[in-house]
Amino acid sequence: MKYMLLIYGDEHALSETERKDCYAESTQLAHDLNANGQYVAANPLHPTAMATSVRVRNGKRLVTDGPFAETREQLGGYFLIDAKDLDEAIAVAARIPMARKSTVEVRPVVEIPGLPT
Amino acid sequence: MSDDATKQVSALVDAVYRSESRQVLATLIRLLGDFDAAEEALHDAFTVAVEQWSRDGVPANPRAWLVSTGRFKAIDGMRRRARFDASLTELAKQLESSTSDPEEWDDESVEDDRLRLIFTCCHPALPPEAQVAMTLREVCGLTTDEIARAFLTKPPTVAQRIVRAKAKIRDARIPYVVPSQTDLPDRLDAVLRVVYLVFNEGYSASSGGLLTRHDLSGEAIRLGRLLIELLPEPEAVGLLALVLLQDSRRAARTSPTGDLILLEDQDRSLWNRDQIAEGVSLVDRALSSRRVGPYTLQAAIAAVHAQAASPAATDWAQIVALYDVLMRADPSPVVELNRAVAVAMRDGPLAGLVLIDAILARGDLGSYHLAHSARADLCRRLGRTAEARTSYERALGLTRQEPEQRFLERRLAALSDQTS
Repeated sequence: MKYMLLIYGDEHALSETERKDCYAESTQLAHDLNANGQYVAANPLHPTAMATSVRVRNGKRLVTDGPFAETREQLGGYFLIDAKDLDEAIAVAARIPMARKSTVEVRPVVEIPGLPT
Repeated sequence: MSDDATKQVSALVDAVYRSESRQVLATLIRLLGDFDAAEEALHDAFTVAVEQWSRDGVPANPRAWLVSTGRFKAIDGMRRRARFDASLTELAKQLESSTSDPEEWDDESVEDDRLRLIFTCCHPALPPEAQVAMTLREVCGLTTDEIARAFLTKPPTVAQRIVRAKAKIRDARIPYVVPSQTDLPDRLDAVLRVVYLVFNEGYSASSGGLLTRHDLSGEAIRLGRLLIELLPEPEAVGLLALVLLQDSRRAARTSPTGDLILLEDQDRSLWNRDQIAEGVSLVDRALSSRRVGPYTLQAAIAAVHAQAASPAATDWAQIVALYDVLMRADPSPVVELNRAVAVAMRDGPLAGLVLIDAILARGDLGSYHLAHSARADLCRRLGRTAEARTSYERALGLTRQEPEQRFLERRLAALSDQTS
């Protein structure tokens, strides 16, 4: 079963050095997961200042700057993993370096048939 | 078969239901991988039992018979529904082959099934109120109506919590397992928290007119016993000791009119000696493990009270010493407050008052009624009547329990008598 691990936190919390360390540790984690057959995908995201929101209303495209909602915690990255159950997914979430500073939300993925693989 | 014999069988089925249904359910959940399917299978198995046992007699091992019948009924039902939903054919076939090994029904895995059920119901991914509802429903076998009545909520609210919890167990795939050794301490904490919450809800209702609701406390004690039978961890033993020692004072802590009676004013001849003896011996057992946690320490404190013939004969120095250890193991303002009260008993009211004022000055317990009523009591003993009045009034404004309110009103009235 696939789980999406969403990393939420204050996007200004890390210094440049801390960010580099975090990327290195996360890359290592991705390799470890891959060796276990648990890795599907992972990426950090650029800060919300780089975000663009798109809505289509009555066929008309509305493009605006920034995230849809202003909150104190922003989505900063994700791991998509394969795990046999929630306990295994929680164990992986606890190994994500940002779990020590912010919050990792574990969401089971809905498997719908017919998607490209 | 005569009417009498039919009655006998149905009485026997009832007895088997009471003693075995939770274990049969726990095993069926593992075999069928689904709570709802297991409950339906349990129900079907008992329906067949009533018919068949009166005709053929009671099987040698009723529990194994019920598991096997429930499993068969579930697979059979799936086959019948497969006529409308082809995917069920495969599922039924899988279920039949993967669960046909009688080894899976042996006593050891069956004992483990009850632990699996407890840990799944108390999984931290479920909201706390759902953990409580699931545990009472699935492990203890209470109906949603009974749970709602005990928690002063509406049955649909409880039913909805249970439906959502089951949906999360299924969709987020919360596993039906006893946690690994690494996770066990944290996961056991969650289970103990649920048991203690159920006990306290029964022991001192958080609002409303009845101070104690016996059923829930009894249920929590039963859960505690089951837990140490299945998993004799020191803190589980300590928790059972704690709830037994607290429950031993039940008859003494309220007056016939439902008014609250403080520990120091209780008629100690009303304390339940059997529960005290059991609680004290469990405390010794938990302490001898050398892995002493907060429940065991609280139980040890309760044991010192339980063994004292009167408030004056209480070993307050020992109680303060235990609170010191508890402050290191699990520091909290409430523990600090209780320690301050014990210090007042050991060294006099002024020593305790200084400590309580320091806690209140930090702003930690400003809205906790027991902090103000403890302060009021020490002021009263020091003859500071005006201060005592102010603190009793603060406490009165903060409590929602009617018996506590009446108690504080009596104390206030007694102050007026003193001054007039």
